[in-house]
Amino acid sequence: MSVAILSWSMLIAQLMLATAMIITVIRMFRGPRAQDRVLALDVLYITAMLLPITFGIRSGVIIYFEAALIIGLLGFVATVALAKFLMRGEVIE
Amino acid sequence: MMQHAESLPVWVAILVSFFLLLGAGLTLIGTIGLARFPTFYERIHAPTLGTSWGTGGIVLASIIFFTATQSRLVIHEILIGIFVTVTTPVTLMLLARAVLHRDRADDAQRKDLDKTPSSDPS
Repeated sequence: MSVAILSWSMLIAQLMLATAMIITVIRMFRGPRAQDRVLALDVLYITAMLLPITFGIRSGVIIYFEAALIIGLLGFVATVALAKFLMRGEVIE
Repeated sequence: MMQHAESLPVWVAILVSFFLLLGAGLTLIGTIGLARFPTFYERIHAPTLGTSWGTGGIVLASIIFFTATQSRLVIHEILIGIFVTVTTPVTLMLLARAVLHRDRADDAQRKDLDKTPSSDPS
């Protein structure tokens, strides 16, 4: 019983997250200016970080958590660097 | 598939499913807002649904699930929650400030362009 509940809700949640990633990629390709693409990349990182956590619940393995943590760290650094680039035209001054 | 969850009580499974669907649904709603709002300054607000309760719901589901299956307190997922909560305002404020800077530069350029043809005939 609990396996059925969990596996169905897990499937729905993963489909929702995948749809969210597809919508974000559409915005990244359509985005009228550079800042829209940077914002879409930030949201894509967040969604791609949430997906491994659900994989971790599905398989019962802790190691997916560390992958999610690393994706979150790299996403933060990437968005800060791109925002600096939009502001000044160069990343390191 | 999911043999490790056989011995899980039903109410724990329902709780985990609720928080999972809450988190994933809010993330989806946030990205729909990202795709549909007309201007950038409106668009920057929508995805914060996914970074606040979207992340919070999925992290809570993971905490409850691993605490129940391993029958000890497993709260290392809370690191992700703290990290996302701390870094999202930083990145979005940096981005919004850069965009304000760019928009002001564009406005100044447009004013210069408007001025030049009117000054030509005189």
